[in-house]
Amino acid sequence: MTILVIAEHDNKVVAPSTLNTVAAAAKIGGDIHVLVAGQGSAAVAEAAAKIAGVSKVLLADNAAYAHQLPENVAPLIAELGAGYSHILAAATSNGKNILPRVAAQLDVDQISEIVSVESADTFKRPIYAGNAIATVQSTASVKVITVRATGFDPVAAEGGSAAVEAVAAAHDAGTSSFVGEELAKSDRPELTAAKIVVSGGRGMQNGDNFKHLYALADKLGAAVGASRAAVDAGFVPNDMQVGQTGKIVAPQLYIAVGISGAIQHLAGMKDSKVIVAINKDEEAPIFQVADYGLVADLFEAVPELEKLV
Amino acid sequence: MKVLVAVKRVVDYNVKVRVKADNSGVDLANVKMSMNPFCEIAVEEAVRLKEKGVATEIVVVSIGPATAQEQLRTALALGADRAILVESAEDLTSLAVAKLLKAVVDKEQPQLVILGKQAIDSDNNQTGQMLAALTGYGQGTFASKVEVSGDSVAVTREIDGGAQTVSLKLPAIVTTDLRLNEPRYASLPNIMKAKKKPLESVTPDALGVSTASTNKTVKVEAPAARSAGIKVKSVAELVEKLKNEAKVI
Repeated sequence: MTILVIAEHDNKVVAPSTLNTVAAAAKIGGDIHVLVAGQGSAAVAEAAAKIAGVSKVLLADNAAYAHQLPENVAPLIAELGAGYSHILAAATSNGKNILPRVAAQLDVDQISEIVSVESADTFKRPIYAGNAIATVQSTASVKVITVRATGFDPVAAEGGSAAVEAVAAAHDAGTSSFVGEELAKSDRPELTAAKIVVSGGRGMQNGDNFKHLYALADKLGAAVGASRAAVDAGFVPNDMQVGQTGKIVAPQLYIAVGISGAIQHLAGMKDSKVIVAINKDEEAPIFQVADYGLVADLFEAVPELEKLV
Repeated sequence: MKVLVAVKRVVDYNVKVRVKADNSGVDLANVKMSMNPFCEIAVEEAVRLKEKGVATEIVVVSIGPATAQEQLRTALALGADRAILVESAEDLTSLAVAKLLKAVVDKEQPQLVILGKQAIDSDNNQTGQMLAALTGYGQGTFASKVEVSGDSVAVTREIDGGAQTVSLKLPAIVTTDLRLNEPRYASLPNIMKAKKKPLESVTPDALGVSTASTNKTVKVEAPAARSAGIKVKSVAELVEKLKNEAKVI
């Protein structure tokens, strides 16, 4: 069995979610190859070669793959991946965008967002916003799978010494082109990788009040997240959203401030190790999943918390 | 241009589902069903394109049981012109659905196909991408903005860390994200009018599509329950617990 892992990267560095995906591949067992598709991404391939457990790195360096447009990258992965037993990618916006296109090209069903490996052909994944866990078995010759990063502890980024092999194949479908991107700037840790996450909801009342959460987060070395209500109300940008339709996080500590705890929000954070809820509504559903609940006005509790930690 | 919109009948998003005792699935008997929220956004976007004069006809398609007619009627009441139901009682995988949609696309030849980014039951997030692969069209997934100009469409996509804009040649596939628009409600007169709009029913066999799957659901379980927490009285007590009991800060 040989497993192909699609590296998540920005042409400069390997994203941490790649390490979680390699960890899932290691659980399946077999040789692990990593594909780096991009432009000017030799440094990424070198970093991928050092990941523990990786035996080969394939580098497809071509202008057509610069922004990893699925129309161009999917045929590359389908062509290379046909000889593998499994193709794995992290369930990031990029992985979710590309992999189903690969699966359809290979004429196999995909298994999305696995959280555990039961055997080489059987996997567990959450459905219905995490309210049920399905065990799915695949008879496909090539198993195409996206991996929920928070379900697997990352492998070491150092220690491996895989060979890097260049792939010449160039696919340019010509149906799509990159126009531009706008990335939110932040000095805080990345939401999905942070050990502590502080999140605000509608109870924050406005965007300006998020400064209380930023102050607390900076003291804890935490990332700041938000509920859909806070994003829809325009308090914060949408890449901060935690939930079924936003990001899935599983930090050591999740502090929910002014968040009621709707099903769609819980789907994004209920695998956190310790959950703290600060809410003035004693009946808020968030208290049903919180390890520690504090019924209090957040505008008094959060500044006090910041002082004490 | 013609716009095709795919909608799915799913358990209502407010319902907290329960897993069946025999672990064969979740209990959907007597549970409220609705149009998948992302599909509502897809219908709304198509209707707005028609109101702007970009779209000339909106065809809405659903694949599922006979009862999915209700969701198609809802889409017709919201502004779709006609509906197609591909009737199948089976629980189909995303690939099977994509193949059926491909057959409908071949027949209808739309310039734009709009789907939701994921259904809130299976949480797969696959069908739009798979349909794009099968048709060979470009894909604009997780769209927060769609602008058609001439023979291309600019799609702003929600990605990890921000937004990305891509330009796709028409025909193209777009999947909707939450912030694309706010769906309207159907008015009573429109609900009445929708009853007279055409709704055609076909079978997968008639479309010549095999819905065989390489995936099998072995069992469905309830997630591990979290042990009950405690309520603390003060911030000081909270900090003490986090430091000494949970040891997370």
